[in-house]
Amino acid sequence: MSFARSLRCRQCKREYPLEPLFVCEFCFGSLEVVYDYEAISQSLTQESIAAGPKNIWRYRALLPVEDEPINMDAGFTPLFQAHNLGRALGLERLHIKNDCMNPTWSFKDRVVAVAVSKAREFGFQAVACASTGNLANSVAAHAARAGMRAFIFVPHDLEQGKILGTAIYGPILVAVRGNYDQVNRLCSELAERFPWAFVNINIRPYYAEGSKTLAYEVAEQLGWQAPDAVVVPVASGSLLTKVWKGLHELSQLGIIGRVGSRLFAAQAQGCSPIATAFETGKPVRPVKPDTIAKSLAIGNPADGFFVLNILRESGGRAVAVSDDEIVDGMKLLAETEGVFAETAGGVTVASLKRLAAQGAIKPDELTVALITASGLKTIEAVQEKVAPPITVDPTVTSFEQEVGERAFWTPPPKDTGRTDHG
Amino acid sequence: MAKKRVMFTFPPDLVTEPVIYHLAQQFRVVTNIRRADVAEDRGWVVLEVEGKEEDIDKGLEWVATKGVRVDPVGGDVVEG
Repeated sequence: MSFARSLRCRQCKREYPLEPLFVCEFCFGSLEVVYDYEAISQSLTQESIAAGPKNIWRYRALLPVEDEPINMDAGFTPLFQAHNLGRALGLERLHIKNDCMNPTWSFKDRVVAVAVSKAREFGFQAVACASTGNLANSVAAHAARAGMRAFIFVPHDLEQGKILGTAIYGPILVAVRGNYDQVNRLCSELAERFPWAFVNINIRPYYAEGSKTLAYEVAEQLGWQAPDAVVVPVASGSLLTKVWKGLHELSQLGIIGRVGSRLFAAQAQGCSPIATAFETGKPVRPVKPDTIAKSLAIGNPADGFFVLNILRESGGRAVAVSDDEIVDGMKLLAETEGVFAETAGGVTVASLKRLAAQGAIKPDELTVALITASGLKTIEAVQEKVAPPITVDPTVTSFEQEVGERAFWTPPPKDTGRTDHG
Repeated sequence: MAKKRVMFTFPPDLVTEPVIYHLAQQFRVVTNIRRADVAEDRGWVVLEVEGKEEDIDKGLEWVATKGVRVDPVGGDVVEG
């Protein structure tokens, strides 16, 4: 059973029943799920969570799903201490949360698992989304598993790899001729007109709750404690707000101690409405995205206002990094830790680098960087930036000529004390 | 009759212009403001526009051509 009690407007606090609603009828503010925390605290403990399945559903008491969920084993991804990257950045207690290890290789599986489960519970026959990649992959895959029809809208000029990564699951895939704003407008209108569960529109309050599981896992994998600093890639801002909510829920329930975490928002310079607002002290102004970090290219972030509040309340800040820094960040993460992240991961690592250099994150602080999707989804961002293979004839002489001294490379002193969790 | 919920974001040079008044007058739609934040150099307004679908579409198009950004109230729906 679910402990979800109602939906509540995040602006005017009016409450609504648990239905497929997403904006407050009174002020048009966004809605959020609220729970009966007293009832949850009667049964939820560190031990009961640890006895659960190794996926997001171990935190089911804190998710708004009543019926048996659609389970593709999203979540419970590795958290590991990044000694090599930490050394490069001057951070002694840096951890990477590797959400590339989800069923469709991105953190979107967390939110979509909750959304599709809830959509089926509400009696919808079809789910839908508008996406430039990760969300499309995940919705198509979860719909296939749930036996539901999926309508996926993508820009007509989307890269072939991303189209294939969605089409393989057999959805109705619609490529829209038009620019980003036109796709946005069309999908908003379709969501009002057709009886679909549009995962990030009419069931957005439920969908967004799935992101909390990232915070729960981080706390659990750190031995039931909140980190000192969390670096979060930010598009709509929903993920950052839910990481904050998740940590505070655990604290409120007595599962972890006080939350003293500072949250840091990582954005690409080519789409940084939240970082700009943070710097100028003004409200978020929508922008036209122009960055290689397409998964973060949301010009009008729905949760921008809430992100700014959390950054200020927690003592964190926002950072915006250039496309070159993003590529360097992707390479640095791959070369130091063996993790090939997509462009959003490059944004996170580049922002982390800047924050460490500025002293905003101290060397001895327990720091977590969220890596939200696999680099195989955005190979075009780095294909010209990595060293090509050394081509040789099939002879030892040719090998020695071409590879030369590099054949006698000596590894640096072995790293000991590596800690892996989960 | 149709209804649309939208967010207008005004550039500094349009903050003092009665754009919403002209929208209602010229396109025969009813505008109903729910939330807003307007200052000397910037502003946004969340509102509902009610009328014939064709009139709403033409009206919102006209607002956009004036230089006001028109967005869905829930923010962008195209995600990564």
